[in-house]
Amino acid sequence: MIPLEQVLALSAILFTIGVVGAITRRNLIVILMSIELMLNAVNLALVGFSRLWAQPDGQVFVLMVIVVAAAEVAVGLGIVIALFRNRESVNIEDVSLLKW
Amino acid sequence: MVELTLFYLLAAAAVASAIGMVATVRNTVAAAMSLVVTMVALAGIYVLLEAHLVAVIQIMVYAGAIVVLFLFVVMLLNLRRDEFPPLRQRVSRVVGALVAGAALVPLLRLFADGLPDPRPLPPGFGGYAYTGRALFIDFALPFEVTSLLLLAAIVGAVVLAKRRLD
Repeated sequence: MIPLEQVLALSAILFTIGVVGAITRRNLIVILMSIELMLNAVNLALVGFSRLWAQPDGQVFVLMVIVVAAAEVAVGLGIVIALFRNRESVNIEDVSLLKW
Repeated sequence: MVELTLFYLLAAAAVASAIGMVATVRNTVAAAMSLVVTMVALAGIYVLLEAHLVAVIQIMVYAGAIVVLFLFVVMLLNLRRDEFPPLRQRVSRVVGALVAGAALVPLLRLFADGLPDPRPLPPGFGGYAYTGRALFIDFALPFEVTSLLLLAAIVGAVVLAKRRLD
């Protein structure tokens, strides 16, 4: 039996790595990947709690999160393609028009 | 004991490949492949946590569909050598380290207190039948609403990526 504290610690570590990637990287595609990593960390915590309470609800939530993640990636990469068509770049430094 | 060893191996693989994904500066394809390793390691951990259906879906949707979509876009845009200048790299690294500390320490402290013992599992927990019953009976309405979300995403992606004809 895996100690749930360590599962949650792994989830926290992965989430933190995702946060750091999302704020330090300049490549829009890698930022999207970091967001996927954060969603995965949350999924891991949900599965862990599902195991802890022996309830299937957490696993159903994970399936919902996976659906949302797939939709988000499809739309996000559509935006990336539209952006690249206009700016020839996926560097977020080049699209800072709306940044205060 | 075997489970615990497997868990540590998979966790190490997940963390190492996640760090690799975030730290890979040159090659976006390499970052996507690191993401696959993280996803597969997490699927293994899901199996250890008795979430078999979720593990299968994780492999199929994440490692299969989502990362392939990423790779497809990277290759479509021809981003093999990405020219991201080292501009402000040092500042962002410091900020990243600070955020990492500020986020990680409270999260880890939160779990240090210890959790209650896991409940005994009903037979078939985490399998197709068990999770599927919860999905289609208790969560039938959210499941149906999900299809609306997917429809909106499909339409949005097509509209965004469509070539302008004018």
